[in-house]
Amino acid sequence: MTVVTLNNLTRRFDNVIAVNNLNLEVNDGELVAFLGPSGCGKTTTLRMITGLLLPSDGDVLFDGVSILTVPTEKRGAVMVFQKHLLFPTMSVAQNVGFGLKMQGLPQKEINMRVSEMLELIRLPGFETRRPHELSGGQQQRIALARALIVRPKVLLLDEPLANLDANLRLEMRELIRSLQHELEITSIFVTHDQEEAVMLADRIALMFDGELQQFAEPNAFYERPSTAQVANFFRNANLLKGKRVGNQVETALGTLTIDTDRVVQPDGEVLLTVRPEEINLIPDSAENIIYGEVLTQVYMGTYSQMQLEVDGNQWLVHGPANFDAQVGNKIPLQLPEPRIWLLPLERKLK
Amino acid sequence: MPKSVRWFALIVIVLAVFGPMIPQLMWSFATRWFFPNLLPPQWSLESWEYIITPSSRVAEGFMNSLKIAIIVSLLSILVGLPASRALALHNFKGKAVIEWLLMVPIIVPGIVSTMGIHLVFIRLGLTNTFLGVSLVHLIPCIPYMVLVMSSVFANYGTELEDTARTLGANPLQVFWHVTLPGILPGLMVATMFTFLISWGQYVTTLLIGGGTIITLPMVLFPFLQGINFSAAAAISLVFVAPAILVLVLTSRQLGEESSVMGGFGRL
Repeated sequence: MTVVTLNNLTRRFDNVIAVNNLNLEVNDGELVAFLGPSGCGKTTTLRMITGLLLPSDGDVLFDGVSILTVPTEKRGAVMVFQKHLLFPTMSVAQNVGFGLKMQGLPQKEINMRVSEMLELIRLPGFETRRPHELSGGQQQRIALARALIVRPKVLLLDEPLANLDANLRLEMRELIRSLQHELEITSIFVTHDQEEAVMLADRIALMFDGELQQFAEPNAFYERPSTAQVANFFRNANLLKGKRVGNQVETALGTLTIDTDRVVQPDGEVLLTVRPEEINLIPDSAENIIYGEVLTQVYMGTYSQMQLEVDGNQWLVHGPANFDAQVGNKIPLQLPEPRIWLLPLERKLK
Repeated sequence: MPKSVRWFALIVIVLAVFGPMIPQLMWSFATRWFFPNLLPPQWSLESWEYIITPSSRVAEGFMNSLKIAIIVSLLSILVGLPASRALALHNFKGKAVIEWLLMVPIIVPGIVSTMGIHLVFIRLGLTNTFLGVSLVHLIPCIPYMVLVMSSVFANYGTELEDTARTLGANPLQVFWHVTLPGILPGLMVATMFTFLISWGQYVTTLLIGGGTIITLPMVLFPFLQGINFSAAAAISLVFVAPAILVLVLTSRQLGEESSVMGGFGRL
């Protein structure tokens, strides 16, 4: 169906660079998340794909063909916005059938396809309802149906789950996933919630300040983050400065052994990191042990979470629920060799 | 609000608006009603018969007022709709100046600006013409159109229009199917304002129309200065009728759509 390619895509607003030199390719039928804090340029990128906003530089290609000169209504890139979901002056059927009506299809066919679509999103018989009579979740589903009915080349969703409560989120997430799979529509959604991105997307494009940080499968952001900033966004702030020499890292707290098959960072100054849940609080040997001072301990039900000071950095460690760390103590932390990941050293960090 | 309070408020409002018209209504059917008579000693249809005769020029004035008010309303929409959209949704150089200039006609008395405009209109040959009068009426009308509509546009936003675009609607289809239905309640109220402002113009019509363009206020004023209170009362009632009619027709929008009236917070 459609491969979406962004080539050096850039957008400036006056002197502010909203999107800077973005390069990525979304495969046919793939569901990609644009993830990042608000103001990182993800929605701006969506708008450039739809043509509602023109890029200052660079190109957008559908199946290898530039679509910059194609007006929005002819691109086949349908966007579902976060707020103002449905046309308030139209019924549900008119809303869902809007795209087909614009194409000039006969009313009879529109009615038929609207009914089919309402069935697909599990809201059959809702044709004559008005938008204000619907719940937030129902409105969201109708908006999705209105987008899908025109069989878009690319489906763009701006924070599709942001305005829903926890239960509806789950339901909506499943619905988007199943519809997207069933219809095999190339889709991009924008979110600031890393969990949402991980659970829903085939691949995640993480953006900070208009720049792409990492574009990869969800697990890569946990196991192989590209920078300390990326690791931090995925709730891993455990950093330790060191110097890699072959299969060892020399740190202020001792020398640690690493798995050379796993790490990609070359010899030299590095930042060492291990995710909170992969640190051993009860060492099974004397290898790869560093000491940290316990600052706080919080009982989380199925595990307990400790905040420690490790060589001037704050570390987070998850231990067994019944673990008693005793605040103020220095406790051993075993960093399993295959779980150690090395990041490039950034100057602003210690 | 409790129901009784609402009813009380309604009665007060109705009395305040329509109460002063009761003596007028009585005057229009009275002949020689002087102190100390509480009620007119004699009722007659004399005044009403008089104002429907062509020589009174009431019918002519009514039709002229109606024509001008409609032209002015349409022109206000034509000029004011794009302007209010631009002011509500875009940022550009000199926006603050334009917003301020739009307020000026509300602040500066019409007679001052119209005297200046008069000189220009003489040169352009627009005095004593329908078009000239309509154009000068636009000056007090446009601020109201823009005030109301810019708050309507700001409230409506662009997301629905953007959605429609991505769904395959061209700009014209977007305007017709999405924008227009959305702003219609506000547009009705704004048009009502411009219609009534044009309807009530006296000084501007007098100066630019030069006595050639006879509108209803032009017919009414001489009677107010004269002694035929009965005829003046009858014409006044004819004069106020469209205002009440329009008000009733748009009262729903005035009451319900808070966004419609939002612009007046900026005045």
